[in-house]
Amino acid sequence: MGPAIARVMMPKAAKAADVIEIKSLFRHPMETGYRVDAVGEAIPRHVVTLFTVDYDGERIFAVDLSQGVASNPYIAFYTVATRSGELLFSWTDDRGETVQLSKSLTVLP
Amino acid sequence: MNWRALCFALIATLPSAATSTEILPSGTTFLSQGLQAQAADAGANPGMLWVADGERLWNTAESAASSSCASCHGDAEVSMRGVATRYPLVIPGSNQLLNLEGRINTCRVQRQNALAYAHESDELLSLSAFVARQSLHMPLKVTVNDANAEFFAAGEAAFHQRRGQLNLSCANCHVERVGLRLRGDVITHALPNAFPIYRLEWQGLGSLHRRLRACALGVRAEMFDYGSEAYLNLELYLTVRANGVAVETPGIRK
Ligand code: HEC
Ligand code: HEC
Repeated sequence: MGPAIARVMMPKAAKAADVIEIKSLFRHPMETGYRVDAVGEAIPRHVVTLFTVDYDGERIFAVDLSQGVASNPYIAFYTVATRSGELLFSWTDDRGETVQLSKSLTVLP
Repeated sequence: MNWRALCFALIATLPSAATSTEILPSGTTFLSQGLQAQAADAGANPGMLWVADGERLWNTAESAASSSCASCHGDAEVSMRGVATRYPLVIPGSNQLLNLEGRINTCRVQRQNALAYAHESDELLSLSAFVARQSLHMPLKVTVNDANAEFFAAGEAAFHQRRGQLNLSCANCHVERVGLRLRGDVITHALPNAFPIYRLEWQGLGSLHRRLRACALGVRAEMFDYGSEAYLNLELYLTVRANGVAVETPGIRK
């Protein structure tokens, strides 16, 4: 599998107090650690363990993931548009690698 | 012979669906509502991760001696629009059948001074998904002509050839048993309009040729190589049969 890739789909703008849907996809093998390769060697575990979302500096969403989650995790959730600002999405795996993506949201009165 | 009898005689001699004008339903329509919705939603379709990577590759030069796809082709939304609906094709004067992957690799080698991408590599899957995505919702339009007739005939024969320990032809399943179940799957018309596809069983994106190898394994027949003549001929036949069906790349399958 090629480099980790993050994608987030959400509105660019919303009215204050609107509920908005945010959809995220992350390309990651989510290798369970339970499988063996063609010559019988154990394939080391390699999973995303934490997904977080900070909205204008405030943590609004966090998930602990484990080897039970399929590859390329898709996580969608809702939040309330409160103020204009950046949403910072972070995926961290068990090798300590973190991929981040940020999206800005404009909140109209 | 009156005109009715003549019509009947003509219809009776038509070789297959390939020459009929009926537009076959996409494989997507055989999926659950949930999977159909996920495939149609660019925010939820995991295949879009490869499309996004394809866009990155499109805009990146691999080395100083090379140039990016974009440096020649510009904005893919314009230059690659509709391209995937015309493949596989025979480049005039070449007598060689190329599918989209093969066409991309031709540019790699001849125009970018780079090595061809390996079959099923993430790079080739990503670029072909990205290029095909520019034809989203456009109908496939590959017809039989002088240049490709020979390849088409070989593909058509292969489609009806029984093979493997189970001694089944593609048509035995994909024409005669459409709509019936095989294990967890519903058998479809075997259309190539959603490839490369994100298959849940693969946990990733895969090409049409990977799917054809899976079907060969299913009947315990010989699996041909990725990009082999046998699979290119079949791809041409499948695409002509799918004429008029809209591109859905990247599709989702079980
Ligand atoms: C140096 C210029 C150049 C570069 C770089 C280049 N191409 Fe091309 N490409 C061409 C030209 C010229 C053609 C037209 C036909 C030919 O090759 O004779 C073409 C044709 C194509 C076609 C077929 C279009 C059709 O209408 O059938 C595809 C698909 C394509 N290129 C994809 C790519 C991709 C993907 C890349 C990057 C990996 C790339 N090309 C890099 C010059 C380039
Ligand atoms: C034993 C039955 C069987 C045979 C024989 C068989 N397949 Fe399949 N094929 C399946 C099943 C089951 C699927 C998965 C469900 C579906 O998409 O039809 C499938 C899927 C496909 C698909 C993907 C369709 C899509 O929309 O994703 C293509 C293309 C295909 N087969 C082509 C072929 C070709 C070409 C041959 C002959 C070389 C062949 N199959 C032989 C059972 C078969």
